[in-house]
Amino acid sequence: MIKLQNVTKIYKNSIHALQDATLDIDAGDIFGIIGKSGAGKSTMLKMIGLLERPDAGRIEILGQDVTDFSGTAANTVKKQMGTVFQGFNLLMQRNVEKNIAFPLELIKADKTYINQRVSELAGLVDLTDKLKAYPAQLSGGQKQRVAIARALATNPKILLCDEPTSALDSFTTGEILRLLRDINTKLGITIIIITHEIGVIRAITKRMAVLSEGRVVELGQTADIIANPQHSMTKLLLNVEKNLDGEE
Amino acid sequence: MENLWITFAAFWPTLFDGLVDTMYMTFASVTIAYALGLPMGVMLVATGPDGLMPNRPANKILGMVVNTGRSIPFIILIVLLIPITRIIVGTTIGSTAAIVPLVIAAAPFVARMVEAALSELDAGVIDAAKSMGAGNFQIIRKVMLPESIPSLVRGLAITTINLISLSAMAGAVGAGGLGRIAIRYGYQRFQTDLMLITVVFIVAIVAIVQLVLNVLAAKIDRKII
Ligand SMILES: Nc1ncnc2c1ncn2[C@@H]1O[C@H](COP(=O)(O)OP(=O)(O)OP(=O)(O)O)[C@@H](O)[C@H]1O
Ligand SMILES: [Mg+2]
Repeated sequence: MIKLQNVTKIYKNSIHALQDATLDIDAGDIFGIIGKSGAGKSTMLKMIGLLERPDAGRIEILGQDVTDFSGTAANTVKKQMGTVFQGFNLLMQRNVEKNIAFPLELIKADKTYINQRVSELAGLVDLTDKLKAYPAQLSGGQKQRVAIARALATNPKILLCDEPTSALDSFTTGEILRLLRDINTKLGITIIIITHEIGVIRAITKRMAVLSEGRVVELGQTADIIANPQHSMTKLLLNVEKNLDGEE
Repeated sequence: MENLWITFAAFWPTLFDGLVDTMYMTFASVTIAYALGLPMGVMLVATGPDGLMPNRPANKILGMVVNTGRSIPFIILIVLLIPITRIIVGTTIGSTAAIVPLVIAAAPFVARMVEAALSELDAGVIDAAKSMGAGNFQIIRKVMLPESIPSLVRGLAITTINLISLSAMAGAVGAGGLGRIAIRYGYQRFQTDLMLITVVFIVAIVAIVQLVLNVLAAKIDRKII
């Protein structure tokens, strides 16, 4: 469903954000990407989301080679993906209803369809009673649920999540992760989730990749990797959690 | 006190005409200045280094045009624009003629106000729109401008106040309005009481515009609960 082959990204300041990264993500999977800050996680998600173009390598999405896509061609593929951000990135001057409707307005969907779709999605993320509220009036968890509903509005096949729970407390994190898992099982949407917390990976992903300094240093089934980490970065990320557990 | 009332009553028709003229000049020049300045401000942001369509040469040229416009003193601008004003309006005297220099003075200012308002916007919402496959024009129309409306309204308040005071200055060189009255009675005829009444009027209009637009900006801003 998604394939990255030897993808390299060098930013203008000659930082090698991604180096020769190769991975593949199956349809219907929940795939986790973990790494320390600066490892290149967001860059990888931007590549998949067609917000940045690779300097070398090949990217395939939904069976299409999108490596050289830009402009309208890229926008067409983007509309089959939804993105959820760490900072929610909601439109502050629009209420919940209008935020969820936003991607549908972009594709000029008709009004009755928009209304029907918005109430469907509000039900899915359990925000039916908040449709008229503005983002500033919501809690972090509620904001993220609006963002998830918005990302799902156009019926995407892929949901990209860049640290969707990093701004949330652990209780709310659990709530959002359960919602993502439900969306995956109920709607069959492929989910890619980026995080620096191994707990998030452990909670919902089937397969995972470990990124270190722009390289994919480990790739495979989450259960296997956690049980038997090969790379020092994987061990380090697992140890962070152990050390924290030890302190409690 | 009674005297002042009599003076005021006799003066009122003149004052009222001046008020209408000032409002006409201000309203017309604000409208046209935004028609020119709003797209310029949007382009300044869009062509900027972090903009939707970074374009160094275009950004530099636009910046230079705006800075030049802003650095010419208004009174000189009026004189400089006399030939152009004559072509557009047919005359260089009167309130309608004053609109030309007022617009040319205000448009670059509006461009900077709009630029400032749009630059305040959190880059995250633009990223979100891009991730949905929104085109640049959609991002400007459906994200950047609506999300900046409270800030744009605050800018509108400042622009309007500036134009009221510039229109008063234009009164010195033949435009109508309250400025003309203040100069005619206060400076040319030494009727200080009439000049004071006029000045109070100008100050009151400025205060009302400021109050109304700022209250409006706060009321429509959904970011502040
Ligand atoms: N637009 C950019 N221009 C230049 N350098 C960039 C840009 N975006 C990211 N970088 C650099 O590329 C590297 C990878 O960044 P990236 O944002 O992908 O990391 P990350 O793993 O998402 O980190 P974090 O956990 O802090 O979000 C970093 O060194 C970063 O400074
Ligand atoms: Mg990141």
